[in-house]
Amino acid sequence: MEIPRHWRLKKQRYALVGEVCPHCDYKIFPPRDVCPNCGDEAKTLYTFSGRGEVFSYTTIYEAPTGFDSMAPYTVALIKLEEGPMVTAQLTDLGDQPVEIGMPVEMVTRKMRNDGDERGVIVYGYKFRRRV
Amino acid sequence: MRPVAILGIGQTQVDEHWEKSLREIGGEAIFAAMNDAGLEKADALYVGNMLSPLVNGQNQLGTFFSDWAGLWHKEAVKVEAACGSGAAAFRAALMAVASGEVEVAIALGVEKMTDKSGRDVTAALATAADADYEVEQGVSFVGLNALIMRRYMYEYGWKHADFAPFSINAHANAVHNPYARLRESITLEQFEKSAMVATPINLLDASPIGDGAAAAVLVPAEKVNALPGRPRVLVTGSASATDTIAVHSRRDPLFLSAAYQSARRAYQMAGVGADEIDVFELHDAFSIMSALSLEACGFAERGQGPRLGLEDQIRVGGRIPVCTRGGLKARGHPVGATGMYQIVEVVQQLRGECGPTQVDGARIGMAQNIGGSGATILTHILAVG
Ligand SMILES: [Zn+2]
Repeated sequence: MEIPRHWRLKKQRYALVGEVCPHCDYKIFPPRDVCPNCGDEAKTLYTFSGRGEVFSYTTIYEAPTGFDSMAPYTVALIKLEEGPMVTAQLTDLGDQPVEIGMPVEMVTRKMRNDGDERGVIVYGYKFRRRV
Repeated sequence: MRPVAILGIGQTQVDEHWEKSLREIGGEAIFAAMNDAGLEKADALYVGNMLSPLVNGQNQLGTFFSDWAGLWHKEAVKVEAACGSGAAAFRAALMAVASGEVEVAIALGVEKMTDKSGRDVTAALATAADADYEVEQGVSFVGLNALIMRRYMYEYGWKHADFAPFSINAHANAVHNPYARLRESITLEQFEKSAMVATPINLLDASPIGDGAAAAVLVPAEKVNALPGRPRVLVTGSASATDTIAVHSRRDPLFLSAAYQSARRAYQMAGVGADEIDVFELHDAFSIMSALSLEACGFAERGQGPRLGLEDQIRVGGRIPVCTRGGLKARGHPVGATGMYQIVEVVQQLRGECGPTQVDGARIGMAQNIGGSGATILTHILAVG
């Protein structure tokens, strides 16, 4: 299912490749071709450090189809060091509670098993506690 | 643009209508609205719906319903803006009549959600969000609202229990609405002990889905006379605004800028301010949305929405009664139909048909319908005139 879409998104998913605006230096993730800061065209690629902090988080008990075997799991809004915010799962949490402001870093993990039909495993970014 | 009136309204009870099809519940609302309007014909039909391709395997709902309702050869189209589809269809009907192009338009909001399992519906609802960058992370629609609510509580220092009045008020009002799904009151204790869906949102913060349909008949105001016991209801304000589709792309995820924009333009068009609104049917899909909507529309300062609930200002008789027929929380949230339920309920208030939850002397009412987590927001103002 949806193999071309997963392939198309691999740069963003594996390496947090976004964009930087050539006009105002605003860092953009996910990529969009109009700079949300100055409104000019922005297509220059920019690789994010993968470091950030938790802006908010939630533990999901009732998961959508495709994620139900993982529930409960924790999703967060991560404020990246370079400015933009990204939605991502938190992983390797252990017993310590999650807190707003907690420093995190990006890791690559299995996102979900799309395998009901063709066994495609989708990989992508998650974030873990940074020590 | 010419002034437009709402001549007729109709609705079905929000429920799990196992015995009825998408066709039948939508048809029921259309026929009820036509009957209420005293008309047998209409020139155009605008259908608000979100999920029919995913949940019912049916597209082309415009023709699907014009065919069923006997509006053969008429213009008909579906309008989609996620949970904001109902008000988006209403606005399309309004534009059609206001422009002079259409004489009698029907706006229908309809959703038949119980044809699929709960988790499939959860996945279908998530299509309102950004598929590549939100949904792919396993965040549900509830989850997005939970992210907003957690941060809001952190920034402004509210406890979970501070949101209880929104749900308690909605349930108390639904008891008196025969079309509501959950006609039972709830207590603070129940609110605090309810099962967790996505922290900090529990079952009693969240609106229940359901099958439902609501419709209105719109005509040029000049064709309508006020009758004894039935005032003429005009659409005096209408505006739609958008925000980023993804919550993470917002400069300020705790402010509904699309609500602010659409309310501001609707107030301007109607020539009224927030203090002149007698009743407000807001989009309480989750308790946090009630707070954010009240703030964006000028009823509360930033971060102070819950105070209106705690100070008893949102009940009938308070400064700004909300969810007077149960709101999404207790009337139910058949997503693409919800915006039309809100319109129908404001009309009922302006006609004085709300029994124990009637707002005394209500002359100006507002309805606000939200698609996605604040991504598309439509505000309508109706007035007796
Ligand atoms: Zn720029």
